[in-house]
Amino acid sequence: MQNPYLPIPVRIDKATIETEDRNLKTFKFVYVNPEDEEKFQYKAGQFGELSVTGKGEIPIGIASSPTEKGYVMFTVNRVGLVSTALHNMREGDIMGIRGPLGNWYPWERMEGKNIVIIGGGFAFTTLRSSIVMLLDPANRSKFGDIHVVYGARSPGMLLYRDELAQWEARDDINMHITVDGTDDPDWKYNVGFVPTITEQKAPKGDDDTFAIVCGPPIMIKFTQPVLEKLGYKHDHIIMSLENRMKCGIGMCGRCNIGKEFVCKDGPVFTLEELNTIPKEY
Amino acid sequence: MRVIKIDKKDWESGVGKLFGDYSLFGPVKQGAFHNFAPLEKGQMPDLDYVNTRLSPKSVVYPQCETMFEYTLDETQPDHHVNKEIAKDYSPRAVLGIRPCDVKAIDLVNINFDNPQYQDPWWVQRRDALTTVALGCNNPCATCFCTTAGTGPFDDSCADVLLADMGDHYLAKVRTEKGEALVGKAGWSQDAAGEAGAMDDLAKQAESKISSKIETGKLASKVTTELYDADFWEDVAFSCINCGTCTYLCPTCWCFDIQDEVQGKDGCRMRNWDTCMSGLFTLHGTGHNPRPNKTARVRQRFMHKLKYYVDKYGDGIGCVGCGRCVQQCPVNIDIRRVCELMNRFEPGKECA
Amino acid sequence: MSEYAEKIRGIAKKLLDDGTVDMVIGFRKGTIPLINEPCFVKDGAKVDALIWDSSCGVNLANYLPKRKEKIGVVAKGCDSRNIVTHIVENQITREQLYIIGVPCTGMIDRRKIRLAVGKEILSVSEADGKVTVSGDGYEEVLDKQEMLQDNCAICAHRNPVISDEMVADPVPEQTEVDRYQDVKAVEAMDAEARWNHFEQLLDGCIRCYACRNACPLCYCPTCFVDESQPQWVGKSIDKTDTRTFHFLRAFHCAGRCTDCGACERACPVGIPVRQFTKKLEKDCKELYDWEAGMSLDVRPPLDTYRAEDPDEFIK
Repeated sequence: MQNPYLPIPVRIDKATIETEDRNLKTFKFVYVNPEDEEKFQYKAGQFGELSVTGKGEIPIGIASSPTEKGYVMFTVNRVGLVSTALHNMREGDIMGIRGPLGNWYPWERMEGKNIVIIGGGFAFTTLRSSIVMLLDPANRSKFGDIHVVYGARSPGMLLYRDELAQWEARDDINMHITVDGTDDPDWKYNVGFVPTITEQKAPKGDDDTFAIVCGPPIMIKFTQPVLEKLGYKHDHIIMSLENRMKCGIGMCGRCNIGKEFVCKDGPVFTLEELNTIPKEY
Repeated sequence: MRVIKIDKKDWESGVGKLFGDYSLFGPVKQGAFHNFAPLEKGQMPDLDYVNTRLSPKSVVYPQCETMFEYTLDETQPDHHVNKEIAKDYSPRAVLGIRPCDVKAIDLVNINFDNPQYQDPWWVQRRDALTTVALGCNNPCATCFCTTAGTGPFDDSCADVLLADMGDHYLAKVRTEKGEALVGKAGWSQDAAGEAGAMDDLAKQAESKISSKIETGKLASKVTTELYDADFWEDVAFSCINCGTCTYLCPTCWCFDIQDEVQGKDGCRMRNWDTCMSGLFTLHGTGHNPRPNKTARVRQRFMHKLKYYVDKYGDGIGCVGCGRCVQQCPVNIDIRRVCELMNRFEPGKECA
Repeated sequence: MSEYAEKIRGIAKKLLDDGTVDMVIGFRKGTIPLINEPCFVKDGAKVDALIWDSSCGVNLANYLPKRKEKIGVVAKGCDSRNIVTHIVENQITREQLYIIGVPCTGMIDRRKIRLAVGKEILSVSEADGKVTVSGDGYEEVLDKQEMLQDNCAICAHRNPVISDEMVADPVPEQTEVDRYQDVKAVEAMDAEARWNHFEQLLDGCIRCYACRNACPLCYCPTCFVDESQPQWVGKSIDKTDTRTFHFLRAFHCAGRCTDCGACERACPVGIPVRQFTKKLEKDCKELYDWEAGMSLDVRPPLDTYRAEDPDEFIK
C-alpha cells in the first residue's frame, strides 16, 4: 500500500542565501533515487512537505517550475524548529520531501487569458514557479499578457534578484518591481507599497484577466480593494493560503477552515470561494 | 443477514475459541470505569457496562503510534531516511462495542480512506477488524444517538450485532467477517424466528432515549453567519481548552506528527491532537488564526455540526454517545450548542 | 443553598444595574446532574440564570487572568485564595473585582456519588447536610459530608479570605482535620514503593491537560510542555514524558497551590492529581509556615528570601 506519509529521500544540492537578513534560503534538492522524480510531477502553486529527519516536517510552496528538470527547489523562511534546523543543514545532507501536495493555480482555466501576478515579501516562491513555467517557450504562447507586481521591504529583501533582472529585460513579461523604501541611489525600479503599485500598473480587470495574489495578510488586505476598484471579479482573484499543517493530505485536521482542508482542497482558492468560509488564516 | 442464538453458557466458550484466531478487545473495568482494552487469553469482556469512559477508537487508531523509524548515525547506510516498520495487522475483533461507536468508526473512515489518499495504518487495522456490537438495552440519559444518525440497536455498521435477551444473546450476523467470527466461535443456532423479538427490544430501547437534538436546519445555515453568531462567547466562556472532549470522542480524528530522537535513533510518530489547543493552529511566525478559546470552541462545534454536514452531506460528525457531555469538566454540552446552532437566525439573539 | 442563590442574584443585579461591574461571573444550572457550568451575566435582567448548590466546584478564579473588565465574581473559600494569588501575581487588579463571598460547606464529588449509587442519576437535591439522588425507580439519601470532594473534606478555609460582600454569615471552619494524612502515607513508603505508587497514579493519563487548564495557577502564555524550541517534553503518552509533565507542573505550583481540587475534579480518567501538589503544599507549610492566598500583603515564600529560611535540603 502506497504510504502518503513516507518522504522521498533527497540530497541538498545547493543552498543559497536569498536576502540580506539571511532568513531566507533557497534549497535545491536532487533525488537520492533518480526514479523518484517521476513521482514528484507537480504544477505551479503546489507545495511539498520538507522532512528534516529528527525534527519534523514543514509545508513549503514549490519554488521551482515543472519545466525545470532534475531537481526541485524551495525557499524557506527561518521561523521555527524545522526551518531553523533546515537552515543549519549543509550541502550534501540527506533529508526528505513529500508531495506534490494541494491544488495549483487554475492554469487550465487561465489558458488564453491575461495574468497579473502580485506578490509581496517571501511569499513569492510559487509565483516564481509560475513565472518560470509561463515563460517557458512551450507555454508562453498559451497565455495573454503577463504582469508581475512584486514588492519587498528593501532591495536586499527581494527574492531571486538575478532572475528578476532577467525578466525585466524581456519584452514578453511586464515587471513592476517595488520596495517599501530604499536609500540606494542606483535603485531603478518602483518605490511604494504593493497595493499602490498595483493600482498604478496593473491592467483593468475583465473576463479575460486573472490576478494571482500571494503575500503577507496586510498586503492582501489592502490589495483586495484595489483589485475590486480595477474591476476584478472575485472569481478572477486567485489566492494561496498558508495555514499550519502536518499531514498535508487532508487527514490530520489542523488546517481545516470551514468545510475546506487548506492542504488538500487548497491552498489555492478564488476570493469568491474564500468569501464563503471563515477568515481563519 | 441472518439471526442466530447464543446461549449465555456458550458465550464464554465461544469467546475462548476466538483467541487463537483474533486479538480480542473488549470492555474491562479499570479502576472505577470501563475502557476498551486488549483481552488476555481467557479473559472475558465485561459486558455489564453502559458506556466506556474512553471511546474504542484506539482499537483502530491508537493515541500514539510510530509512523517511521530512522537512524541519524551517518556511518549507517540510509541514515536520515524514514523507514516503514512492520506492524501487526492480523485479525482483531472487538467484543461488546456499542453500535454508536461502530458507527463512529465508519464516520472517521470517511476521513482516513478517501478516493485521493488512504491512511495505511488506519485502513489496514480497519480491514483487520471484526466488530461484535452489543445493543444498548438501557441507554443513558445523555445518549442522543437516535437523533445523531444511529441508535441503540443500529445494525447498519457492525459485523455482528448482539442483543442481550436475558439468558441468551441473539445475534444479527451482517457480513462475511461476522460469519467467519461466529463460525470460529461455534455459534450457529438458527434463530430466524426470534428476529422479531430482537426488533421489539430495539424499539423498546429507542423509546427509552429521552435526549434528542435537532439538526435539520444546520445544512441550510450560511457558514459565515453561523460563525459570527452572537452565542459563541457565551458557549465558550466556561471552556478551559483542555482536550478531554476531543480525546474521549469517538469521531475526533485530528492528530499531530512529532519526531522523537534518543541518541542516534529516532522515530516519527503521530499522536491524537486537539483543536482546543492553541498550538493546533499556531504558525511558526507566531500568528494564530484561532487565537483564543472562543475561536477554538467554535471550531469544534462548527466542524462536527456544520462543516462536516456540508462537506459530506451525510449528517453530523457526531454519533450521540454523550461522553463529552458526561466528562466535560465545566459542563459544556454539545446538545445545547447544537440547539443554538440549529435555531440560529442572523440578527436574532438566541443565547 | 437556595438562599445563597437568591442573595447572589440580588447582589449581581445591583452591581450590574448600577454599573459597579461590567459582568458577574458565577454558575448556571448544569445540563446534567452534579455539575454546574461557570457563566457570565452582563445584563441585570438576566441574573436569574445564576444558581448555587454543592455542585459549583469549578474554581472561578480560573476565569479572571488578563481580563480587562470590572468583574463581580462569586467566590468560595478556595476561589478567594486563588483570587488573592492572582492579584499578588499581577494577573488581575483588586480594583477590577467585586468579590461576592460564599461561605462554603464543601462541594460534592460527582464521581464518588455515582460510584456510591451505582445507578444512573437523573436528579439531585440537597438539604440539611443530606444529598438526595434519584433515578429510574429509586431514590437514595446520602450524607453530604461523606460525598465531599477529597480536598473539601479536609478544607481548613471554607470562608472566603477576601470579599466585598458576603452572601451569608461565615460557616464554622473544620479544625480537627488532618490535612496531610495521604502525604504522610506516601512519605512513609520506601523509594521503590513510592515510585510504584506514583507510577500507578499516572497510569491512564491521556495528556489532555485538563488538570493544567482547570488550575487557576496555570496561566502561563506558553506552558513548558508546549515549547518547541527547546522542546522539554515529548508529546506522546510515554511514561517518562507524562511523569515529567505532572511532576514539573506540581513544582510550578509550589507555594501557590490552595488545594482547591480543580485538577482532580477535571481529570477525565480519575487521576488523584493532588497527590503531587499536596506534598509541596505540606512542605511550604512546614518549612515556611505558609498557606497560599491568605493575604494580599505577604509575598509568597518562593519569591522572597529570608536569612532564616531553612536550607537543610540543599546538599
